Amino acid sequence: MKKRTMETSLAGHSPKLIRSIERRLFLKQGLSLGALAMLSGCELTDDEGVQSLLMGMSRWNDRVQGWLFNPNKLAPEYPESAITKPFPFNAYYGEDEVRLVDGKSYKLELSGLIRDQKPWTLPELYALPQTSQITRHICIEGWSAIGKWSGVRFSDFLARIGADTTAKYIGFECADDYTTSIDMATALHPQTLLTFRFGDQILPPKYGFPMKLRMPTKLGFKNPKHITAMEVTNEYPGGYWEDQGYNWYSGS
Amino acid sequence: MEAAQAQWLKVHPLVVRVTHWINAFGILIMVASGWRIYNASPLFPFRIPSELTLGGWLAGALQWHFAAMWLLVINGIVYLSYGIVSGHFRRKLFPLTPGAVFRDVLGALRGKLAHEDLTVYNAAQRAAYLAIILCALVLVLSGLAIWKPVQMQELTALFGGYESARVVHFLAMALLVLIVVVHVVMVILVPRTFPTMFSGRARRAS
Repeated sequence: MKKRTMETSLAGHSPKLIRSIERRLFLKQGLSLGALAMLSGCELTDDEGVQSLLMGMSRWNDRVQGWLFNPNKLAPEYPESAITKPFPFNAYYGEDEVRLVDGKSYKLELSGLIRDQKPWTLPELYALPQTSQITRHICIEGWSAIGKWSGVRFSDFLARIGADTTAKYIGFECADDYTTSIDMATALHPQTLLTFRFGDQILPPKYGFPMKLRMPTKLGFKNPKHITAMEVTNEYPGGYWEDQGYNWYSGS
Repeated sequence: MEAAQAQWLKVHPLVVRVTHWINAFGILIMVASGWRIYNASPLFPFRIPSELTLGGWLAGALQWHFAAMWLLVINGIVYLSYGIVSGHFRRKLFPLTPGAVFRDVLGALRGKLAHEDLTVYNAAQRAAYLAIILCALVLVLSGLAIWKPVQMQELTALFGGYESARVVHFLAMALLVLIVVVHVVMVILVPRTFPTMFSGRARRAS
């Protein structure tokens, strides 16, 4: 979406803006941020201090969201009539730049703490038992849309490939150079699906052909499209938006 | 010495003064960063001028918003607990009747509202301060409903679902900002109330 590009270009301005706002807030901010800073032991005198304070709070919010996450709590599901049409396209680039993946040569690469790392072709993935859901996709920007996705339950797939489900993270790499990562508890949630269909058709390129990991328990940007590789790991993998400041956990 | 002390009246307890200023700072951060988050996907056909917002872009604004929420909620819990347990709310905000609020708001609009004794809130003040507390409560609850529409879906449903919780969150912000603007205007009109929010005391009107 155009919005994305605009927001990205603003990224570079953030320290300057924060500086000017700091000046405006001056004493009040100094006093209360000082109190906050004592909690995390940050210096407040420079922007880096404010930045690390905010990042520290974001890491804290990751932890709180992990505690709040109930693995048995299901996201609400909706009737077919509630599906949003047309479903919005969203990526870090415009719709005219959607990557086209060749389904015939496509392979899903596996690495990290996985016993059977044989790559998967599309016919093999399509042959797995499929399930579907109609859930609300909530964007970090605030808007939401209801869609229908079908695919294999991710926890079943992880069991099939012998993934170490005691590991902390699963990282994803995508054909459009997007990356993201999730916690294992969310990966094992019953509504987390490795999806190949959108509505009643094969996932079209703009919605992530050949596959999108659908998690109604996380914000939209955490749901990677065009996945080409996944890794099970205990080392924090980060992600495209996460590395720029979006909260990593971003649970719903 | 005793004569000098008799000139002063206790107006605001220390807990109220400290939580007031932390709250003022927290609300400022929440509103300014919230406006930037609003701009990422406006609910209504207008945007907030960027100069009035905090965070620089969506990620920065979200970081401020989700950091300051802790300050606001912890401070709010301290303030509400103190207000209830100490009897501060009972003494200062009640009794409150619609008739008295109407009379005092009308008086304030005509510039004829008696404001001699700063230790007693008039009915217009009582209504405004109660409304601020209620707005803040609705903001926190609707905010949780937007943040956790799956884990706290019962709360989200109470607001009529995710999309209406966003609208409620925005409207509660708008009402709160309106009350704060009136509050600041009143302080400018009756400036001797301002130092009492730091010192806690006011000179006895003679």
